[in-house]
Amino acid sequence: MPAHKLILSHYTLSNALGHGLDASWQALRSGRSGLRENDYAPAPLPTWIGRVEGLEAMAFPAALADYDCRNNRLALLTLEQDGFAQQVARLRERLGASRIGLFVGTSTSGIEETESAYARRDTAGQLPAGYHYRQTQSPFSLADFCQRHLALSGPVQVISTACSSSAKVFASAARHIAAGLCDAAVVGGVDSLCQSTLYGFNSLELVSSERCRPWDASRNGINIGEGGGFALLQRADDTLTGPVLLGYGESSDAWHMSTPHPHGDGAVAAMEQALARAGIRAADVGYINLHGTSTPSNDRAEDRAVVRVFGSQTPCSSTKGWTGHTLGAAGITEAIFAALVLQHGYLPPSLNTVEIESGLQADVLLQGREAAVDVVMSNSFGFGGSNCSLILGGGQ
Amino acid sequence: MSLGAAILGVGLVAPGMADWTQAVPVLRGERPWQAEPLVVPKPALLPANERRRTTTLIRLAIGVAEQAQLQSGYGADELACVFASAEGDTDIVDRLCEALSQPQKPVSPTQFHNSVHNAPAGYWAIAAKAQGFSTSITAGPHTFAAGLLEALSWLHSEQQPVLLLAYDVALPPLLAPHGDVQLPFACALVLAPPGSAGAIARLHLDEAAASGDAGLSAGLATELAALAMANPAAAALPLLRHLACATPGANPGALQLPGMNQMLVVQPC
Repeated sequence: MPAHKLILSHYTLSNALGHGLDASWQALRSGRSGLRENDYAPAPLPTWIGRVEGLEAMAFPAALADYDCRNNRLALLTLEQDGFAQQVARLRERLGASRIGLFVGTSTSGIEETESAYARRDTAGQLPAGYHYRQTQSPFSLADFCQRHLALSGPVQVISTACSSSAKVFASAARHIAAGLCDAAVVGGVDSLCQSTLYGFNSLELVSSERCRPWDASRNGINIGEGGGFALLQRADDTLTGPVLLGYGESSDAWHMSTPHPHGDGAVAAMEQALARAGIRAADVGYINLHGTSTPSNDRAEDRAVVRVFGSQTPCSSTKGWTGHTLGAAGITEAIFAALVLQHGYLPPSLNTVEIESGLQADVLLQGREAAVDVVMSNSFGFGGSNCSLILGGGQ
Repeated sequence: MSLGAAILGVGLVAPGMADWTQAVPVLRGERPWQAEPLVVPKPALLPANERRRTTTLIRLAIGVAEQAQLQSGYGADELACVFASAEGDTDIVDRLCEALSQPQKPVSPTQFHNSVHNAPAGYWAIAAKAQGFSTSITAGPHTFAAGLLEALSWLHSEQQPVLLLAYDVALPPLLAPHGDVQLPFACALVLAPPGSAGAIARLHLDEAAASGDAGLSAGLATELAALAMANPAAAALPLLRHLACATPGANPGALQLPGMNQMLVVQPC
């Protein structure tokens, strides 16, 4: 249990399902996938992607023009949904800018700008004018942009641990608040489409040419998506409502750079640590949002891990069939999906999954289910063996 | 309540300073710093075949981590880890973007999985069999300070020793004119709960300490002050100089690290 009970008082997200909470929830509720045949022009691979509409056409603030890149556009679009930036401004006026921390995750930041600049080198072989390394390519650029846009000056960091990045932000923020380094925190994450991840995962033969279908017997890889999400974490008091951060667990596989431990040892450690911190038993968890990337080895390892901790009774699903794998944004995206499950009492199925692979034993939902649940878990596991599990409760 | 730690181990790798032992006389001002070519560490922890698959940045990080860990007396698998790097593996970014600028897009799978910011953390965890907490962060020019806050808040919550390392390599030629890292530098500290035995020094954060108590940042020789500007990890140099100069029982010194709202008070043991 964190030293202070923390509430997600406000949150928002954008992904292939649309902009803002309503768009995501309506799609999850109605079974409408956001995946489309790959139309990301710089990387014309035969696959499906989860693309966010409208990024190219949106206005970008002139004062921060050097930060203009796909990743920061997605950050801006998301911060401006659901009144999120206004809530941060209100809190900033109350607590002071230096007392609000900012903890955001990304895996590739604005690398699309560097990919494009390398392809447009001038006759002397140099990168073209108008290329802004610090404001776009640097892995810190996402936090730098958000901090400027939100006018915050508290502790700030980008966590970049591949696909667990924006789950770990909750743990880091909770520790900073407990240590008195800040009184509240904006947590979140953004990752955007780029050639590096499409061709990179393709070189590892992990990209599917079809719609991804986690846990399915015939699954054959991931669909890459883009997404952004943010939450405002505050100490609980009588005036705040929202899901409670009950627990988090972080572990390292110490096994392999790009494949999970076959028995899911690291994932088990993260889930057990989260349960212990929350002070609850496995049976108290009513729904698990799986990492569920849809590669054969990832889903198999996670299935073993979930069954080792929970048995086969806890309903779970992967929402990658809706959004694709949003990589560094997956943690925040799926934590917010888990919060929506608490709020609405509906468990979304694992979209596109038809026949579960024989031998996999977790209770992966093929149909949505109406069910009021009090406690939910979200799993995020990344390259380098970085694992994070979060537990949210609906108590407040 | 103030946040603090006991420092149980130190590591440093930089041009002209292959390890902490070589760095001490330079930091004390007994020997001038010279920007000799970097001697890339060959960490004992990495088997030779694994070493070949890694990059300069990964070897720099693991080499400096190993120095601090060995001095601390803790096993490599017993330490939580905070990996702090402002820019990550920019040599890989360069090669990746070079490959993507060609028609056939010849991205190598090893290069791709090494491109994640937490690649050094992944290799360390595998080599050290460290299955506990690990994070990989950046805060741009303030990366060392952010890493220190992350490590201190982790210590505060968990009361378990933590390995903090900060490292960056010089930007490759195409990117160098656009960014800030001109020289390679890496340093590492093993931090343990404040009361731990065997400390080299203790440090704590103080909201109220008057600034410039000891003028530590001004204590760097001119050429070292230039090095401190040439790499975000080298922002630790004023702290490292203090550790190198520490004599038992000396008065505490306070220093202000860029990016930190509090003063850092260092008490030699």
